[in-house]
Amino acid sequence: MSEQKVPLSRRRFLATTALGAAAASGTLAMPSILRAQGAGVKIGLLHPVTGALSYSGQQGRIGATMAVEEINAAGGIKALGGAKIDPVLGDAQSTPDGGTAEVEKMNAAEVSCIVGGYASSICLAVSQAAARYDLPYAVDVGVADSIVTRGLKNTFRFGPGFGVIAKTALDNLATINDQAGKPAKTVIIVHEDSLFGSGLAKLLNAQLPGKGFEILETIPHPTPTRDFNTVVLKIKAQNPDLVIPADYYNEYVLLARTMLEQRVRPKGIYSVLGGAASSYKFVKEFPDAAKYIMDCNHWFNPKSEKAQALKKAVEDKGQFFTYELYMNYNAVYLVADALEHAGSADRAKLTAALAASTFASPIMPYGPTKFVNGQNEGAAPANTQVLDNDIKVILPPEFANAKAVFPIPA
Amino acid sequence: MLSPLILIAAVLNGLMIGAVYALVALGLTLIYGVLHIINFAHGALLSAALFAAFFAYQKLGLDPYLAAVVLTPGFFVLGYALQRFVIGPASHGDDRNMLLVTLGLAVLIENALLYAFRADTRTIDLAYGFKSIDLGFTFLSLPRLISFVAVFAVALALWLIMSFTDTGKAIRAVAKEKLGAELAGIDVAHIYAVTFGLGTACVAIAACLLIPTYYVNPSAGNAFVLIAFTIVVLGGMGSVPGALIGGLLIGVVESLGGFFFGESLGQVGIFLIFIAVLLLRPRGLFGASA
Repeated sequence: MSEQKVPLSRRRFLATTALGAAAASGTLAMPSILRAQGAGVKIGLLHPVTGALSYSGQQGRIGATMAVEEINAAGGIKALGGAKIDPVLGDAQSTPDGGTAEVEKMNAAEVSCIVGGYASSICLAVSQAAARYDLPYAVDVGVADSIVTRGLKNTFRFGPGFGVIAKTALDNLATINDQAGKPAKTVIIVHEDSLFGSGLAKLLNAQLPGKGFEILETIPHPTPTRDFNTVVLKIKAQNPDLVIPADYYNEYVLLARTMLEQRVRPKGIYSVLGGAASSYKFVKEFPDAAKYIMDCNHWFNPKSEKAQALKKAVEDKGQFFTYELYMNYNAVYLVADALEHAGSADRAKLTAALAASTFASPIMPYGPTKFVNGQNEGAAPANTQVLDNDIKVILPPEFANAKAVFPIPA
Repeated sequence: MLSPLILIAAVLNGLMIGAVYALVALGLTLIYGVLHIINFAHGALLSAALFAAFFAYQKLGLDPYLAAVVLTPGFFVLGYALQRFVIGPASHGDDRNMLLVTLGLAVLIENALLYAFRADTRTIDLAYGFKSIDLGFTFLSLPRLISFVAVFAVALALWLIMSFTDTGKAIRAVAKEKLGAELAGIDVAHIYAVTFGLGTACVAIAACLLIPTYYVNPSAGNAFVLIAFTIVVLGGMGSVPGALIGGLLIGVVESLGGFFFGESLGQVGIFLIFIAVLLLRPRGLFGASA
């Protein structure tokens, strides 16, 4: 999930600005130290490391810096005589304006490229600001389709967009249901009421009936919602075969916990970009509530040795292997690969190299890379399910390391 | 399809969650009743208390209900010290300044938490976290039921303190007539701090009751404070029974509103009540006439 609501109350505004000031001493001092390493290729790593999205932003920064360290340790950019990547760290402060301000700073610091953004709203603002300076920009996560459909020549997204994810999710849901002998006919959708959840609910309402599902009810709720008992009572009263939640992490967890508490066990829980459904943290903390939940989301290729090695390295650091982390790791490698092909840190040459990139990520379950209008056409989401206290890939078949357990055994 | 049993289940849920709202509101109303200020730091203190309860479990293995025994006096002392040494002196004798100081404290506490613990959400998984009592037509969550009973115990204890102890009498005297109380030899600064301490202690108990079924992050407390403020106005500013009844009422309104109109609109019901009370009965259900 990559679009998050950032409520801008006065309190929040005060909080973020005050924090920005507080963080300035810690966060912003870092680039100057790192920059002092000498002549290298400067790459801006821009993430929302403070404010409402700070957890995701910090995970993203970890992934990006791990890739930079690896590349540098392996001899830097060979086409540039072994030039080291010189990361310029930036904090978008969880707001689009914060992202734009960092682009200005990074441009002044003469970076060759910017990687990151995380939330769609930030990616939209950053891509536009970077376009003014013809600065190539590699989007890490942001899934909003409009990020790449506005005709900006500088913006490249290696991962899949919302349209592709939603289509894959619906097709795969039908496949899973068909393979199990169509046990699921009725659906209740529970969604948070901002852009992400409402947009998804609208799409599901339009598409699911055509795939043989009857939608019993669509239940919106605000973020934050303190209590899900009423929602669960409604689900219980109608006893749907399938529950589809479209929520951010906290609400997703509360909903799953309340369903367990009220012994509501539908035949399946299926989500699209589910806030918690493909989170190791959720699985570790509430294995019983997370069990059998399916999700269609960004995910790594579990059969890749490289991905497993990275996962281990991240877990050894005491961090969860979240998608923010490896999406950023990939985005940095994409840029490094383009630098090798461009043979130059020049922005225009790098943009051309990115547009022609055929970089194959060893981590992701993607097809061959081909950028069309900045979008990697090979990018695809994966379907996951929580099985044996772990998150397994159940679709697409060529990357799957488990079979879908559906319907949930009684 | 709408069986009356579901409605009863919805009302029961409303009462359970309403009890916790009431406890947060108790602290707020107490401070308002005596100091005549809205404590803007209430939500941030609730977040801090949630973190304290979380770490008591995580680091010391202390069950949240046992942690309440330690955290309640701890937060009383914290609240006392905050009022005595920070809010009081910084207001330079003008009560209105306190309001701004508490707002500043809220920003400070929230960001200190954000800096120390980052924005990620933490939860604890207790053996009894998912225990529920089977009533035949619905399941009543055990932690919720415990908190329901505990809130009544706390309200009763507060009422006893306010009614029968010398400190309680002094608090009521200061609330009613500050200058008179001062002339009668009551240490007003001390009473202010005691009241603030009691309000903060309520927050600590609320945190320990919430953490088994809720989550903590640096802004988790804020979700409860707006609602607590509504309850304070509904019940009557400064009224202990008002906060209790108001909390339960708001809980039920939220639950039924959510059931009939959806969660998004269910919240609207709460604020419609808030506006209606301000228009028709500004002193609240149990408030003394202004």
